[in-house]
Amino acid sequence: MRDGQVVKGVQFRNHEIVGDILDLAERYRDEGADELVFYDITASPDGRSVDRSWINRVAEILDIPFCVAGGIRTLQDAEEVLNFGADKISVNSPALARPDLIDELARRFGSQCVVVGIDSRDEEGVYRVYQNTGDPDKTSLAGRETVDWVREAQQRGAGEFVLNCMNQDGVRQGYDIGQLSLVRANCTVPLIASGGAGAKEHFAEVFKQAHVDGALAASVFHKQIIEIGELKQYLAGQGIEVRP
Amino acid sequence: MAVDVAIIEGGGANISSLRFALERLGVTSALTADADKIRAAKRVILPGVGAAEDAMEKLRAAGLDAVIPGLTQPLLGICLGMQLLFDGSEEDDAQCLGVIEGRARLFDAGDERPVPHMGWNSIRKNDSPALLEGIDSNAYFYFVHSYAVDVTPATIGITNYGRDFSAVVTQDNFCGTQFHPERSGKNGARLLHNFLTGVS
Repeated sequence: MRDGQVVKGVQFRNHEIVGDILDLAERYRDEGADELVFYDITASPDGRSVDRSWINRVAEILDIPFCVAGGIRTLQDAEEVLNFGADKISVNSPALARPDLIDELARRFGSQCVVVGIDSRDEEGVYRVYQNTGDPDKTSLAGRETVDWVREAQQRGAGEFVLNCMNQDGVRQGYDIGQLSLVRANCTVPLIASGGAGAKEHFAEVFKQAHVDGALAASVFHKQIIEIGELKQYLAGQGIEVRP
Repeated sequence: MAVDVAIIEGGGANISSLRFALERLGVTSALTADADKIRAAKRVILPGVGAAEDAMEKLRAAGLDAVIPGLTQPLLGICLGMQLLFDGSEEDDAQCLGVIEGRARLFDAGDERPVPHMGWNSIRKNDSPALLEGIDSNAYFYFVHSYAVDVTPATIGITNYGRDFSAVVTQDNFCGTQFHPERSGKNGARLLHNFLTGVS
């Protein structure tokens, strides 16, 4: 949607996006996805209020857990998202800007629904956190080492991490096993690998070698390069425990 | 008019996914803390997200701690709602409803086992009860919890997470699931269907 192809009015555009979301959600539910994460592209960077009623429509059709990421800056944002039926909320840049947000969310809603998303890459031998990765013009180093941030966020009440390994993102060359293993060794809450999935073998690798609790992928599923049911059969054949 | 399902209002608990799951099964539900409405419903669900003592406080404030144990129609406790049916919980040393004998205990965090126990896990059927009809042993369900009740005489489904615990319990008209059936795909929907259609 960012390529400027959509030139219709705001209402219609939202409607179209929601239609896509619901179709995809239904497809992934039927294919056997264990959980869905929605990156809220309607979330506005300037902080004006956004219409999140699409979450309610997603909740109506999904019978698996789902998480909403993007645009959650306050307890009120989080409450709205959860009340619309999301099971978890994921925070990234707003938590870097104000780490107390994690404590507040965990205290109010419980760690089990507070996911911290981290965008991270190798900078001369050290993994460092990036912020505002949604907008290439605003993307910058957050001034934190990834391992330090993982430890701090967990201490503050993060109940799960989604580690998006930027080196690997979108290139479909496999997950960043080294980075994920390092983070795995530094957190005790569930760790979800993100970035780099291109083939079924990549999923088997990340579970066997980095011992992550889950593997997230977008493009290989959106583009129907990998079908979730087939992937799960393959992983089960590799001796990895999956929900059939 | 009596609703199909009364969902007991505990305050704070996010129940929209539960209501949608019931809608998908074609039943109406109402969220209520009114004792008469709860007594009149064909089925009662006690949901629960949050801390045991908080939840009990709210039930006591509404006088429901005395009402729930006396209900005669089928009642399903979900997650914390299941734990509340037991004598108590280690969480804040809460005293619960005492319908079923047993207590919830905290999981020990281990390197391989983060707490809360969150995600999909399988159950072993302990019996072939009506509530689990059509559901295979080793079926997966979605769990989110830090406390769990040991296996008791009321346990009909067992899950292991470092230790065996009660995933599904039944005793007389009371039953409970530690997992969230409303978020457990087809197996969860089947369990809810069994609860809604089973004879009382």
